[in-house]
Amino acid sequence: MIMAKAGLVIGAGIAGIQAALDLANQGFTVYVVEKNPSIGGRVAQLDKIFPKLDCAPCMITPRMVEVGRHPNIRLLTYSEVKEVRREGKNFKVKILRKSRYVDENKCTGCGACAQLCPIEVANDFDERIGMRNAIYIPFPQAVPLIYTIDKEHCLECELCKNVCKIGAINHQQRPEEMEIEVGAIIVTTGYNLFDARREEEYGFGLYDNVITGLALERLLNVSGPTGGRVVRLSDGRIPKKIAFIQCVGPRDEKSGNVYCSKVCCMYATKQAELLKKHIPGVDVTIYYMDIPTFDKKFKESYQKAQSEFGIRYVKAKLVKVLEKPLNNNLLICGENIDSGEPIENEVNMVVLSTGLVPAAINDFAKILPLKIGEDKFFVVVNPEIDSVTTNVDGVFVAGVAESPKDIAESVTQASAAATKATVLLTY
Amino acid sequence: MTEQFEPRILGFLCNWCSYAGADLAGVSRMSYPTNIRIIRTMCSGRVDPLHVLEAFRQGIDGVLVTGCHIGDCHYINGNHACEKRVKFLSEVLPQIGIEPARLRLEWVSASEGGKFAQVVKEFVEEIKKLGPSPLRKELQTSV
Repeated sequence: MIMAKAGLVIGAGIAGIQAALDLANQGFTVYVVEKNPSIGGRVAQLDKIFPKLDCAPCMITPRMVEVGRHPNIRLLTYSEVKEVRREGKNFKVKILRKSRYVDENKCTGCGACAQLCPIEVANDFDERIGMRNAIYIPFPQAVPLIYTIDKEHCLECELCKNVCKIGAINHQQRPEEMEIEVGAIIVTTGYNLFDARREEEYGFGLYDNVITGLALERLLNVSGPTGGRVVRLSDGRIPKKIAFIQCVGPRDEKSGNVYCSKVCCMYATKQAELLKKHIPGVDVTIYYMDIPTFDKKFKESYQKAQSEFGIRYVKAKLVKVLEKPLNNNLLICGENIDSGEPIENEVNMVVLSTGLVPAAINDFAKILPLKIGEDKFFVVVNPEIDSVTTNVDGVFVAGVAESPKDIAESVTQASAAATKATVLLTY
Repeated sequence: MTEQFEPRILGFLCNWCSYAGADLAGVSRMSYPTNIRIIRTMCSGRVDPLHVLEAFRQGIDGVLVTGCHIGDCHYINGNHACEKRVKFLSEVLPQIGIEPARLRLEWVSASEGGKFAQVVKEFVEEIKKLGPSPLRKELQTSV
Protein backbone atom coordinates (compact mmCIF):
# COMPACT_ATOMS: atom_id res chain seq x y z
CA MET A 1 0.00 0.00 0.00
CA ILE A 2 1.24 3.46 -0.79
CA MET A 3 1.34 5.81 2.17
CA ALA A 4 0.26 9.34 1.51
CA LYS A 5 0.59 12.67 3.28
CA ALA A 6 -2.11 15.27 3.60
CA GLY A 7 -2.25 18.46 1.56
CA LEU A 8 -3.27 21.96 2.55
CA VAL A 9 -5.22 24.45 0.44
CA ILE A 10 -5.31 28.03 1.69
CA GLY A 11 -8.32 29.97 0.40
CA ALA A 12 -11.48 28.27 -0.84
CA GLY A 13 -12.54 30.25 -3.86
CA ILE A 14 -13.04 28.61 -7.23
CA ALA A 15 -9.31 27.81 -7.52
CA GLY A 16 -8.99 26.44 -3.99
CA ILE A 17 -12.12 24.35 -4.44
CA GLN A 18 -10.79 22.88 -7.67
CA ALA A 19 -7.38 22.08 -6.16
CA ALA A 20 -8.98 20.51 -3.07
CA LEU A 21 -11.37 18.38 -5.11
CA ASP A 22 -8.61 17.24 -7.47
CA LEU A 23 -6.49 16.07 -4.54
CA ALA A 24 -9.36 14.59 -2.55
CA ASN A 25 -10.75 12.67 -5.51
CA GLN A 26 -7.38 10.96 -5.87
CA GLY A 27 -7.65 9.76 -2.28
CA PHE A 28 -5.45 12.32 -0.53
CA THR A 29 -6.58 13.96 2.68
CA VAL A 30 -6.90 17.69 2.15
CA TYR A 31 -7.21 20.45 4.71
CA VAL A 32 -8.97 23.51 3.33
CA VAL A 33 -8.53 26.73 5.27
CA GLU A 34 -10.85 29.64 4.52
CA LYS A 35 -10.88 32.88 6.48
CA ASN A 36 -14.53 33.72 5.74
CA PRO A 37 -17.50 31.93 7.30
CA SER A 38 -18.34 30.30 3.94
CA ILE A 39 -16.37 28.91 1.04
CA GLY A 40 -17.11 29.99 -2.53
CA GLY A 41 -15.07 33.16 -2.77
CA ARG A 42 -15.70 35.75 -5.44
CA VAL A 43 -17.45 33.48 -7.94
CA ALA A 44 -20.26 32.92 -5.43
CA GLN A 45 -20.96 36.66 -5.63
CA LEU A 46 -21.28 36.73 -9.41
CA ASP A 47 -24.47 36.53 -11.43
CA LYS A 48 -23.32 35.37 -14.84
CA ILE A 49 -20.01 34.28 -16.32
CA PHE A 50 -18.59 35.62 -19.59
CA PRO A 51 -18.48 34.97 -22.49
CA LYS A 52 -21.43 32.56 -22.64
CA LEU A 53 -23.45 34.26 -19.89
CA ASP A 54 -23.63 31.00 -17.94
CA CYS A 55 -25.23 31.25 -14.53
CA ALA A 56 -22.44 31.49 -11.95
CA PRO A 57 -24.20 29.88 -8.96
CA CYS A 58 -25.04 26.87 -11.17
CA MET A 59 -21.33 26.27 -11.48
CA ILE A 60 -20.05 27.06 -8.01
CA THR A 61 -22.76 25.88 -5.59
CA PRO A 62 -22.71 22.17 -6.51
CA ARG A 63 -18.92 22.29 -6.16
CA MET A 64 -19.19 23.97 -2.78
CA VAL A 65 -21.57 21.24 -1.62
CA GLU A 66 -19.16 18.60 -2.92
CA VAL A 67 -16.30 20.11 -0.90
CA GLY A 68 -18.54 20.39 2.16
CA ARG A 69 -19.35 16.70 2.24
CA HIS A 70 -16.26 15.09 0.70
CA PRO A 71 -14.96 12.32 2.98
CA ASN A 72 -11.34 13.29 2.26
CA ILE A 73 -11.69 17.02 2.86
CA ARG A 74 -11.33 18.61 6.30
CA LEU A 75 -12.97 21.98 5.88
CA LEU A 76 -11.72 24.67 8.27
CA THR A 77 -13.77 27.78 7.63
CA TYR A 78 -13.51 31.02 9.58
CA SER A 79 -9.89 30.05 10.19
CA GLU A 80 -6.51 31.51 9.40
CA VAL A 81 -3.05 30.11 8.94
CA LYS A 82 -0.86 31.56 11.68
CA GLU A 83 2.47 29.81 11.31
CA VAL A 84 4.19 27.46 8.92
CA ARG A 85 7.27 25.56 10.05
CA ARG A 86 9.28 23.20 7.90
CA GLU A 87 10.07 19.82 9.40
CA GLY A 88 12.13 17.67 7.09
CA LYS A 89 10.13 17.43 3.92
CA ASN A 90 6.88 18.31 5.65
CA PHE A 91 5.26 21.43 7.00
CA LYS A 92 3.85 21.90 10.48
CA VAL A 93 1.03 24.41 10.12
CA LYS A 94 -0.62 26.27 12.99
CA ILE A 95 -4.19 27.23 12.26
CA LEU A 96 -6.27 29.69 14.25
CA ARG A 97 -9.91 28.73 14.38
CA LYS A 98 -11.65 32.03 15.08
CA SER A 99 -14.68 31.72 17.30
CA ARG A 100 -18.04 31.83 15.58
CA TYR A 101 -19.71 31.86 19.02
CA VAL A 102 -21.82 29.08 17.51
CA ASP A 103 -21.01 25.40 17.95
CA GLU A 104 -20.14 24.06 14.50
CA ASN A 105 -21.17 20.53 15.43
CA LYS A 106 -24.57 21.53 16.76
CA CYS A 107 -25.82 24.34 14.47
CA THR A 108 -28.26 23.09 11.85
CA GLY A 109 -28.57 26.43 10.05
CA CYS A 110 -32.28 26.71 10.85
CA GLY A 111 -32.00 30.49 11.04
CA ALA A 112 -34.30 31.01 14.02
CA CYS A 113 -31.58 33.10 15.67
CA ALA A 114 -31.20 35.55 12.77
CA GLN A 115 -34.95 36.17 12.67
CA LEU A 116 -34.83 37.49 16.23
CA CYS A 117 -31.53 39.37 16.06
CA PRO A 118 -32.30 43.10 16.47
CA ILE A 119 -29.11 44.26 14.72
CA GLU A 120 -28.87 44.89 10.98
CA VAL A 121 -25.62 45.80 9.28
CA ALA A 122 -24.45 46.03 5.68
CA ASN A 123 -23.54 42.65 4.21
CA ASP A 124 -20.07 42.53 2.68
CA PHE A 125 -21.12 39.60 0.53
CA ASP A 126 -23.69 41.87 -1.15
CA GLU A 127 -21.00 44.54 -1.55
CA ARG A 128 -22.73 46.41 1.29
CA ILE A 129 -25.98 46.90 -0.66
CA GLY A 130 -28.00 44.29 1.24
CA MET A 131 -28.27 43.81 4.98
CA ARG A 132 -27.54 40.99 7.37
CA ASN A 133 -28.01 40.47 11.10
CA ALA A 134 -25.26 40.37 13.71
CA ILE A 135 -25.72 36.58 13.75
CA TYR A 136 -25.56 35.63 10.11
CA ILE A 137 -24.67 33.46 7.21
CA PRO A 138 -23.25 35.56 4.34
CA PHE A 139 -25.68 34.09 1.78
CA PRO A 140 -28.37 31.38 1.85
CA GLN A 141 -26.26 28.74 0.06
CA ALA A 142 -23.28 29.13 2.39
CA VAL A 143 -21.16 26.03 2.95
CA PRO A 144 -20.99 25.05 5.75
CA LEU A 145 -24.47 26.21 6.69
CA ILE A 146 -23.46 27.41 10.14
CA TYR A 147 -24.27 30.78 11.63
CA THR A 148 -21.58 33.17 12.87
CA ILE A 149 -21.86 35.99 15.37
CA ASP A 150 -20.20 39.20 14.38
CA LYS A 151 -19.06 40.38 17.83
CA GLU A 152 -18.21 43.83 16.54
CA HIS A 153 -21.91 44.59 16.11
CA CYS A 154 -23.42 42.15 18.61
CA LEU A 155 -25.27 43.62 21.62
CA GLU A 156 -24.98 40.40 23.63
CA CYS A 157 -28.73 40.58 24.21
CA GLU A 158 -28.73 36.77 24.08
CA LEU A 159 -32.08 36.63 22.25
CA CYS A 160 -30.44 34.22 19.82
CA LYS A 161 -29.17 32.05 22.64
CA ASN A 162 -32.64 31.74 24.13
CA VAL A 163 -34.35 30.86 20.88
CA CYS A 164 -31.78 28.23 19.85
CA LYS A 165 -33.43 24.96 20.83
CA ILE A 166 -30.32 22.85 20.50
CA GLY A 167 -28.12 25.21 22.48
CA ALA A 168 -25.57 25.82 19.75
CA ILE A 169 -24.88 29.42 20.69
CA ASN A 170 -22.12 30.18 23.14
CA HIS A 171 -21.23 33.83 23.58
CA GLN A 172 -18.17 32.88 25.61
CA GLN A 173 -16.59 30.63 22.97
CA ARG A 174 -12.82 31.06 22.70
CA PRO A 175 -10.75 30.87 19.54
CA GLU A 176 -8.82 27.64 19.21
CA GLU A 177 -5.47 26.75 17.74
CA MET A 178 -4.70 23.51 16.00
CA GLU A 179 -1.61 22.09 14.39
CA ILE A 180 -1.54 19.89 11.34
CA GLU A 181 1.21 18.24 9.34
CA VAL A 182 1.07 18.42 5.57
CA GLY A 183 3.34 17.51 2.67
CA ALA A 184 2.39 20.29 0.28
CA ILE A 185 0.63 23.64 0.37
CA ILE A 186 -1.43 25.25 -2.39
CA VAL A 187 -1.99 28.96 -1.94
CA THR A 188 -5.15 30.25 -3.61
CA THR A 189 -5.79 33.44 -1.71
CA GLY A 190 -7.38 35.30 -4.61
CA TYR A 191 -8.04 38.99 -4.89
CA ASN A 192 -9.75 42.04 -3.53
CA LEU A 193 -11.21 44.76 -5.69
CA PHE A 194 -9.04 47.80 -6.16
CA ASP A 195 -10.29 50.43 -3.70
CA ALA A 196 -11.96 52.85 -6.12
CA ARG A 197 -11.89 55.61 -3.48
CA ARG A 198 -8.21 56.02 -4.35
CA GLU A 199 -9.16 57.39 -7.76
CA GLU A 200 -11.11 60.24 -6.25
CA GLU A 201 -11.94 61.90 -9.59
CA TYR A 202 -14.63 59.27 -10.18
CA GLY A 203 -16.40 60.04 -6.92
CA PHE A 204 -16.78 56.48 -5.62
CA GLY A 205 -17.75 56.65 -1.96
CA LEU A 206 -18.94 60.24 -2.41
CA TYR A 207 -21.81 59.70 -4.82
CA ASP A 208 -24.36 56.92 -4.22
CA ASN A 209 -24.87 56.22 -7.90
CA VAL A 210 -21.24 55.45 -8.63
CA ILE A 211 -20.85 51.73 -7.96
CA THR A 212 -18.28 49.02 -8.66
CA GLY A 213 -18.72 46.21 -11.14
CA LEU A 214 -19.03 43.67 -8.33
CA ALA A 215 -21.85 45.70 -6.73
CA LEU A 216 -23.66 45.73 -10.09
CA GLU A 217 -23.20 41.97 -10.17
CA ARG A 218 -25.11 41.70 -6.88
CA LEU A 219 -27.85 43.99 -8.25
CA LEU A 220 -28.18 41.82 -11.36
CA ASN A 221 -28.40 38.60 -9.34
CA VAL A 222 -31.91 37.20 -8.81
CA SER A 223 -30.97 36.05 -5.33
CA GLY A 224 -29.23 39.37 -4.62
CA PRO A 225 -30.37 42.17 -2.32
CA THR A 226 -32.82 43.67 -4.85
CA GLY A 227 -34.04 40.37 -6.30
CA GLY A 228 -32.42 41.08 -9.66
CA ARG A 229 -33.77 44.61 -10.14
CA VAL A 230 -31.09 47.10 -11.10
CA VAL A 231 -31.84 50.32 -9.22
CA ARG A 232 -30.02 53.50 -8.30
CA LEU A 233 -28.80 53.43 -4.73
CA SER A 234 -29.71 57.11 -4.17
CA ASP A 235 -33.46 56.84 -4.82
CA GLY A 236 -34.30 53.28 -5.87
CA ARG A 237 -35.28 54.37 -9.40
CA ILE A 238 -34.41 52.31 -12.43
CA PRO A 239 -31.55 53.93 -14.35
CA LYS A 240 -32.20 54.64 -18.03
CA LYS A 241 -28.70 55.77 -18.93
CA ILE A 242 -25.66 53.97 -17.61
CA ALA A 243 -21.96 54.51 -18.24
CA PHE A 244 -19.08 52.13 -17.54
CA ILE A 245 -15.60 53.46 -16.83
CA GLN A 246 -12.87 50.94 -17.62
CA CYS A 247 -9.42 50.51 -16.07
CA VAL A 248 -10.18 51.96 -12.64
CA GLY A 249 -7.11 50.95 -10.69
CA PRO A 250 -5.10 48.88 -13.11
CA ARG A 251 -2.92 50.28 -15.84
CA ASP A 252 -2.46 53.42 -13.83
CA GLU A 253 0.92 54.55 -12.55
CA LYS A 254 -0.72 56.82 -10.02
CA SER A 255 -2.31 53.87 -8.23
CA GLY A 256 0.90 51.85 -8.54
CA ASN A 257 -0.78 49.08 -10.53
CA VAL A 258 0.71 49.07 -13.99
CA TYR A 259 -0.58 45.60 -14.89
CA CYS A 260 -3.81 44.90 -16.79
CA SER A 261 -6.45 43.10 -14.70
CA LYS A 262 -7.46 41.08 -17.73
CA VAL A 263 -11.12 40.45 -16.82
CA CYS A 264 -12.61 43.96 -16.65
CA CYS A 265 -13.26 44.47 -20.39
CA MET A 266 -15.09 41.21 -20.61
CA TYR A 267 -17.08 41.58 -17.41
CA ALA A 268 -18.15 45.10 -18.43
CA THR A 269 -19.26 43.77 -21.82
CA LYS A 270 -21.15 40.96 -20.08
CA GLN A 271 -22.79 43.33 -17.62
CA ALA A 272 -23.72 45.77 -20.38
CA GLU A 273 -25.48 42.95 -22.23
CA LEU A 274 -27.24 41.84 -19.04
CA LEU A 275 -28.37 45.43 -18.40
CA LYS A 276 -29.86 45.56 -21.90
CA LYS A 277 -31.82 42.43 -21.03
CA HIS A 278 -32.87 43.63 -17.57
CA ILE A 279 -33.91 47.19 -18.47
CA PRO A 280 -35.67 47.58 -21.82
CA GLY A 281 -34.43 50.59 -23.77
CA VAL A 282 -31.50 51.32 -21.47
CA ASP A 283 -28.65 53.34 -22.95
CA VAL A 284 -25.21 51.90 -22.15
CA THR A 285 -21.87 53.53 -22.94
CA ILE A 286 -18.48 52.04 -22.10
CA TYR A 287 -15.57 54.45 -21.80
CA TYR A 288 -12.34 52.58 -22.36
CA MET A 289 -8.63 52.95 -23.10
CA ASP A 290 -8.60 49.83 -25.23
CA ILE A 291 -10.45 46.51 -25.26
CA PRO A 292 -7.99 43.61 -25.42
CA THR A 293 -10.37 40.76 -26.29
CA PHE A 294 -7.72 38.10 -26.72
CA ASP A 295 -9.40 34.80 -25.93
CA LYS A 296 -11.67 32.38 -27.71
CA LYS A 297 -15.20 33.80 -28.04
CA PHE A 298 -14.21 37.12 -26.44
CA LYS A 299 -13.91 39.12 -29.65
CA GLU A 300 -17.21 37.65 -30.86
CA SER A 301 -18.87 38.67 -27.62
CA TYR A 302 -17.48 42.21 -27.95
CA GLN A 303 -18.72 42.51 -31.54
CA LYS A 304 -22.11 41.10 -30.61
CA ALA A 305 -22.41 43.65 -27.82
CA GLN A 306 -22.10 46.41 -30.38
CA SER A 307 -24.03 45.00 -33.33
CA GLU A 308 -26.78 43.09 -31.55
CA PHE A 309 -27.22 44.95 -28.28
CA GLY A 310 -26.28 48.46 -29.43
CA ILE A 311 -23.77 49.09 -26.65
CA ARG A 312 -21.59 52.11 -27.38
CA TYR A 313 -17.84 51.87 -26.86
CA VAL A 314 -16.05 55.22 -26.64
CA LYS A 315 -12.27 55.43 -26.49
CA ALA A 316 -11.80 58.21 -24.02
CA LYS A 317 -9.60 59.91 -21.48
CA LEU A 318 -11.88 60.86 -18.60
CA VAL A 319 -11.10 63.72 -16.27
CA LYS A 320 -13.86 63.80 -13.71
CA VAL A 321 -17.29 62.55 -12.69
CA LEU A 322 -19.51 65.18 -11.08
CA GLU A 323 -22.83 64.74 -9.32
CA LYS A 324 -25.83 66.97 -10.06
CA PRO A 325 -27.20 67.71 -6.58
CA LEU A 326 -30.89 67.97 -7.58
CA ASN A 327 -31.42 64.63 -9.30
CA ASN A 328 -28.23 62.76 -8.31
CA ASN A 329 -27.39 62.29 -11.99
CA LEU A 330 -23.73 62.13 -12.87
CA LEU A 331 -21.86 64.23 -15.38
CA ILE A 332 -18.95 62.53 -17.09
CA CYS A 333 -16.28 64.93 -18.36
CA GLY A 334 -13.35 64.04 -20.55
CA GLU A 335 -12.08 63.78 -24.07
CA ASN A 336 -12.95 61.43 -26.90
CA ILE A 337 -9.56 60.12 -28.05
CA ASP A 338 -10.72 59.12 -31.55
CA SER A 339 -12.39 62.38 -32.50
CA GLY A 340 -10.57 64.72 -30.12
CA GLU A 341 -13.86 66.24 -29.06
CA PRO A 342 -14.74 66.94 -25.43
CA ILE A 343 -17.16 64.58 -23.66
CA GLU A 344 -19.89 65.89 -21.41
CA ASN A 345 -22.42 63.15 -20.80
CA GLU A 346 -25.14 63.13 -18.15
CA VAL A 347 -26.07 59.61 -16.96
CA ASN A 348 -28.18 58.08 -14.18
CA MET A 349 -25.59 55.62 -12.97
CA VAL A 350 -21.85 55.03 -13.31
CA VAL A 351 -20.25 51.61 -13.01
CA LEU A 352 -16.52 51.52 -12.31
CA SER A 353 -14.78 48.49 -13.78
CA THR A 354 -12.34 48.18 -10.91
CA GLY A 355 -9.27 46.03 -11.28
CA LEU A 356 -8.05 43.16 -9.16
CA VAL A 357 -5.45 43.47 -6.44
CA PRO A 358 -4.04 40.42 -4.66
CA ALA A 359 -5.66 39.75 -1.22
CA ALA A 360 -3.68 38.34 1.72
CA ILE A 361 -0.21 39.23 0.41
CA ASN A 362 1.05 41.26 3.38
CA ASP A 363 -0.04 38.74 6.01
CA PHE A 364 1.45 35.97 4.01
CA ALA A 365 4.94 37.28 3.56
CA LYS A 366 5.46 36.85 7.30
CA ILE A 367 4.09 33.33 7.42
CA LEU A 368 5.56 31.83 4.28
CA PRO A 369 8.71 33.27 2.73
CA LEU A 370 7.11 33.46 -0.71
CA LYS A 371 8.57 35.86 -3.19
CA ILE A 372 6.29 38.76 -4.06
CA GLY A 373 6.69 40.75 -7.25
CA GLU A 374 6.62 44.51 -7.72
CA ASP A 375 2.99 44.17 -8.72
CA LYS A 376 2.36 42.44 -5.33
CA PHE A 377 1.35 39.12 -6.89
CA PHE A 378 3.16 35.92 -5.89
CA VAL A 379 6.11 35.15 -8.11
CA VAL A 380 6.55 31.74 -9.67
CA VAL A 381 10.05 30.53 -10.38
CA ASN A 382 9.69 29.84 -14.04
CA PRO A 383 6.60 31.59 -15.38
CA GLU A 384 7.17 30.63 -19.02
CA ILE A 385 6.87 26.91 -18.50
CA ASP A 386 5.51 26.45 -14.98
CA SER A 387 2.98 28.86 -13.54
CA VAL A 388 2.45 27.15 -10.17
CA THR A 389 5.82 26.34 -8.52
CA THR A 390 7.09 28.96 -6.08
CA ASN A 391 10.49 29.65 -4.57
CA VAL A 392 9.52 27.58 -1.48
CA ASP A 393 9.77 23.84 -2.03
CA GLY A 394 6.40 22.21 -1.64
CA VAL A 395 4.36 25.41 -1.95
CA PHE A 396 2.33 26.12 -5.09
CA VAL A 397 0.11 29.01 -6.09
CA ALA A 398 -2.95 29.17 -8.30
CA GLY A 399 -5.70 31.57 -9.24
CA VAL A 400 -5.59 35.33 -9.07
CA ALA A 401 -3.06 35.22 -6.21
CA GLU A 402 -0.47 34.50 -8.91
CA SER A 403 -1.68 36.94 -11.58
CA PRO A 404 -4.98 38.39 -12.79
CA LYS A 405 -6.97 35.80 -14.69
CA ASP A 406 -10.48 34.66 -15.40
CA ILE A 407 -12.35 31.70 -13.92
CA ALA A 408 -11.43 29.17 -16.60
CA GLU A 409 -7.74 29.97 -16.24
CA SER A 410 -7.88 29.91 -12.44
CA VAL A 411 -9.42 26.45 -12.47
CA THR A 412 -6.86 25.14 -14.95
CA GLN A 413 -4.02 26.52 -12.86
CA ALA A 414 -5.51 25.03 -9.70
CA SER A 415 -5.62 21.60 -11.33
CA ALA A 416 -2.00 22.02 -12.36
CA ALA A 417 -1.02 22.93 -8.82
CA ALA A 418 -2.88 19.91 -7.46
CA THR A 419 -1.05 17.64 -9.90
CA LYS A 420 2.34 19.04 -8.83
CA ALA A 421 1.35 18.58 -5.21
CA THR A 422 0.42 14.90 -5.63
CA VAL A 423 4.04 14.14 -6.50
CA LEU A 424 5.10 15.35 -3.07
CA LEU A 425 2.21 13.76 -1.22
CA THR A 426 3.00 10.22 -2.33
CA TYR A 427 5.87 8.47 -0.60
CA MET B 1 -65.38 12.49 -1.08
CA THR B 2 -65.12 15.55 1.16
CA GLU B 3 -61.38 15.37 1.64
CA GLN B 4 -59.47 17.86 -0.50
CA PHE B 5 -57.49 16.29 -3.29
CA GLU B 6 -53.74 16.50 -2.63
CA PRO B 7 -51.88 15.65 -5.81
CA ARG B 8 -48.69 13.65 -5.82
CA ILE B 9 -46.06 15.20 -8.05
CA LEU B 10 -42.69 13.92 -9.10
CA GLY B 11 -39.87 16.38 -9.89
CA PHE B 12 -36.80 15.55 -11.96
CA LEU B 13 -34.22 18.26 -11.17
CA CYS B 14 -30.84 18.60 -12.80
CA ASN B 15 -27.89 18.63 -10.42
CA TRP B 16 -26.24 21.85 -11.63
CA CYS B 17 -28.99 24.41 -11.91
CA SER B 18 -32.41 23.34 -10.70
CA TYR B 19 -31.41 21.19 -7.74
CA ALA B 20 -29.24 24.05 -6.52
CA GLY B 21 -32.17 26.40 -7.21
CA ALA B 22 -34.50 24.22 -5.14
CA ASP B 23 -31.82 24.14 -2.45
CA LEU B 24 -31.72 27.94 -2.53
CA ALA B 25 -35.50 28.06 -2.13
CA GLY B 26 -35.12 25.80 0.88
CA VAL B 27 -32.28 27.58 2.61
CA SER B 28 -33.88 30.96 1.88
CA ARG B 29 -36.95 29.66 3.75
CA MET B 30 -39.36 30.13 0.86
CA SER B 31 -42.41 27.97 1.24
CA TYR B 32 -43.89 25.87 -1.53
CA PRO B 33 -46.37 22.99 -1.50
CA THR B 34 -45.10 19.71 -0.13
CA ASN B 35 -46.80 17.71 -2.87
CA ILE B 36 -43.59 17.41 -4.85
CA ARG B 37 -41.08 14.59 -4.43
CA ILE B 38 -37.73 15.37 -5.97
CA ILE B 39 -35.35 13.09 -7.83
CA ARG B 40 -31.97 14.57 -8.64
CA THR B 41 -30.53 13.71 -12.05
CA MET B 42 -27.11 14.84 -13.23
CA CYS B 43 -28.72 16.54 -16.25
CA SER B 44 -32.25 17.13 -17.49
CA GLY B 45 -31.05 15.20 -20.54
CA ARG B 46 -30.82 12.12 -18.30
CA VAL B 47 -34.60 12.05 -17.92
CA ASP B 48 -35.70 9.20 -20.16
CA PRO B 49 -39.28 9.27 -21.53
CA LEU B 50 -39.62 5.86 -19.90
CA HIS B 51 -38.99 7.42 -16.45
CA VAL B 52 -41.89 9.74 -17.00
CA LEU B 53 -44.17 7.07 -18.41
CA GLU B 54 -43.33 4.70 -15.57
CA ALA B 55 -44.20 7.41 -13.05
CA PHE B 56 -47.58 7.92 -14.70
CA ARG B 57 -48.13 4.16 -14.89
CA GLN B 58 -47.66 3.96 -11.14
CA GLY B 59 -50.30 6.61 -10.69
CA ILE B 60 -48.45 9.91 -10.19
CA ASP B 61 -50.61 13.00 -10.80
CA GLY B 62 -47.99 15.22 -12.41
CA VAL B 63 -44.35 15.23 -13.46
CA LEU B 64 -42.18 18.36 -13.35
CA VAL B 65 -38.88 18.34 -15.22
CA THR B 66 -36.52 21.25 -14.65
CA GLY B 67 -33.08 21.94 -16.04
CA CYS B 68 -30.55 24.66 -16.80
CA HIS B 69 -31.59 27.49 -19.09
CA ILE B 70 -30.93 26.89 -22.77
CA GLY B 71 -27.26 27.66 -23.40
CA ASP B 72 -26.31 26.98 -19.77
CA CYS B 73 -26.21 23.18 -19.86
CA HIS B 74 -23.10 21.75 -18.22
CA TYR B 75 -23.12 18.94 -20.75
CA ILE B 76 -23.46 21.38 -23.67
CA ASN B 77 -26.86 20.29 -25.05
CA GLY B 78 -28.52 17.96 -22.54
CA ASN B 79 -31.39 20.38 -22.03
CA HIS B 80 -32.00 20.53 -25.80
CA ALA B 81 -32.44 16.76 -25.75
CA CYS B 82 -34.74 17.06 -22.76
CA GLU B 83 -36.87 19.66 -24.54
CA LYS B 84 -37.29 17.33 -27.52
CA ARG B 85 -38.28 14.40 -25.31
CA VAL B 86 -40.83 16.42 -23.38
CA LYS B 87 -42.31 17.63 -26.67
CA PHE B 88 -42.50 14.04 -27.84
CA LEU B 89 -44.05 12.92 -24.56
CA SER B 90 -46.71 15.61 -24.63
CA GLU B 91 -47.82 14.12 -27.96
CA VAL B 92 -47.79 10.58 -26.60
CA LEU B 93 -49.52 11.20 -23.27
CA PRO B 94 -53.02 11.96 -24.66
CA GLN B 95 -52.93 8.60 -26.42
CA ILE B 96 -52.72 6.82 -23.06
CA GLY B 97 -55.42 9.02 -21.62
CA ILE B 98 -53.28 11.52 -19.73
CA GLU B 99 -53.64 15.28 -20.18
CA PRO B 100 -50.39 16.75 -21.54
CA ALA B 101 -50.64 19.52 -18.90
CA ARG B 102 -49.66 16.90 -16.30
CA LEU B 103 -46.11 17.06 -17.65
CA ARG B 104 -44.31 20.35 -17.37
CA LEU B 105 -40.80 21.47 -18.37
CA GLU B 106 -39.24 24.58 -16.83
CA TRP B 107 -35.78 26.13 -16.82
CA VAL B 108 -34.63 27.11 -13.33
CA SER B 109 -31.11 28.34 -12.60
CA ALA B 110 -29.26 28.00 -9.30
CA SER B 111 -30.00 31.61 -8.37
CA GLU B 112 -33.72 31.33 -9.09
CA GLY B 113 -34.94 29.89 -5.79
CA GLY B 114 -37.98 32.15 -5.95
CA LYS B 115 -38.83 30.97 -9.43
CA PHE B 116 -38.62 27.34 -8.37
CA ALA B 117 -41.04 27.90 -5.49
CA GLN B 118 -43.38 29.77 -7.86
CA VAL B 119 -43.25 27.03 -10.51
CA VAL B 120 -44.11 24.34 -7.95
CA LYS B 121 -46.97 26.43 -6.55
CA GLU B 122 -48.46 27.03 -10.00
CA PHE B 123 -48.05 23.43 -11.08
CA VAL B 124 -49.71 22.07 -7.94
CA GLU B 125 -52.61 24.47 -8.45
CA GLU B 126 -52.99 23.35 -12.03
CA ILE B 127 -52.94 19.65 -11.12
CA LYS B 128 -55.47 20.29 -8.38
CA LYS B 129 -57.81 21.70 -11.04
CA LEU B 130 -57.23 18.67 -13.25
CA GLY B 131 -57.94 16.26 -10.41
CA PRO B 132 -56.36 12.87 -9.80
CA SER B 133 -54.65 11.12 -12.68
CA PRO B 134 -57.02 8.87 -14.64
CA LEU B 135 -54.53 6.04 -14.27
CA ARG B 136 -54.47 6.45 -10.51
CA LYS B 137 -58.26 6.09 -10.40
CA GLU B 138 -58.00 2.96 -12.50
CA LEU B 139 -55.31 1.54 -10.25
CA GLN B 140 -57.43 2.16 -7.18
CA THR B 141 -60.50 0.52 -8.65
CA SER B 142 -58.51 -2.49 -9.82
CA VAL B 143 -57.16 -2.92 -6.29
